[in-house]
Amino acid sequence: MKRLSEILATVFLCAALVLSVSVNVSDAAPTVGSEFPDVAITVPDSKEHRNYLGLKRGDSFKLSQVAADTIIVEVLSMYCPFCQAEAPAVNTLYSMIEDDPELRGRVKIIGIAAGNTKLERDIFVDKFDIPFPVFADGDFLFHKALGEVRTPYFFGVRIADGAATVFYSNLGAFDDPASFLSLILERSRSKNTEVSP
Amino acid sequence: MNVSKSLIFLCAVFVLVVFMPAEEVFGLSNAFQGKVFEQKDQKPRDSVLKVAVGDRAPDFELPNLSGTTTSLSEFRRKNVVISFVPAAWTPVCSDQWPGYNILEDLFAEFNAILLGIAVDNIPSLYAWTREMGGLWFPVLSDFWPHGETADRFGVLRSDGTAERAIFIIDGEGIIRYIDVHDINRRPPLETIVDQLKRMTSPDNAGRND
Repeated sequence: MKRLSEILATVFLCAALVLSVSVNVSDAAPTVGSEFPDVAITVPDSKEHRNYLGLKRGDSFKLSQVAADTIIVEVLSMYCPFCQAEAPAVNTLYSMIEDDPELRGRVKIIGIAAGNTKLERDIFVDKFDIPFPVFADGDFLFHKALGEVRTPYFFGVRIADGAATVFYSNLGAFDDPASFLSLILERSRSKNTEVSP
Repeated sequence: MNVSKSLIFLCAVFVLVVFMPAEEVFGLSNAFQGKVFEQKDQKPRDSVLKVAVGDRAPDFELPNLSGTTTSLSEFRRKNVVISFVPAAWTPVCSDQWPGYNILEDLFAEFNAILLGIAVDNIPSLYAWTREMGGLWFPVLSDFWPHGETADRFGVLRSDGTAERAIFIIDGEGIIRYIDVHDINRRPPLETIVDQLKRMTSPDNAGRND
């Protein structure tokens, strides 16, 4: 009987240690070529934003359901000074896309406000007059699925055949909106998904 | 120990180890990557308040980053939000004040001023806030006598740091709101804004709530 207890103890502790490692260690950010995390996102209240994303009213959607070929996902935070500094450049990027008839409707931008409540998200959006949808991720659920990346972090995601595939994954601000857009378009078209950022 | 007791004990260990909270990333901004002192979760609260809602706030005069001093009594007729933070160059604090840095208009809307207080000395606070890109609100050093102001409010921890605490004081110098927050978490902005809204509403319904 004592022997059985010892065996059980060993098995339990080993399992606990293995599982604790898998539960507590953050996954890395989704890499180029991987599927974007299949996280349910709350459908925006704003009709303008629903139209932009090609969504109908409802509770939630997944990134692969957005009406676009390419989606730029920015992980940001109201509390991040780099994100504050980057906001005008991201707005310029949005305008460049919307002003280009070849890109408008095909390339879209969303923001994920990591750890921000709705009020904190709203303050950031209002302060910088952000035109694209920014989703509040107050409990870090989305952020955890994205590997707890620091901010700002940019993903380029290709939408095709109902799948959302990461083709760009990079930490930090971009230098110039035009150069960044060129890079995104080039990577989005590239058949080689293993290109590193 | 028999088998059934062993199983219960081991199940408890299993649950504790596996579901022990992971260290969360609250110092999110890449601005401070590699520059802040990463630390494990601390005891959420380690002090006993010496003031209460409805009390007159203890006055103080502390050195600021401009090389002069700032006192609470300077702000009579204004609502004052005091943000005590534990220490410079720590993860949560390094994201908290940069967020407040885009709230100048919001505070003005509520006839409020924000005072940031930390127990660090002026050179350290200067370097830290420069890293944030500068702040619009006064940052005060409660370094010497060490933590005296924090202690008068009852938010000085036993290790010499301060709690992560918010005090909202009205134009008459009366404390209207206290949140000694879990030191490991950032206080949500909603609580501050809601309180300021109540204090500035026409019927002033938020008094002493």
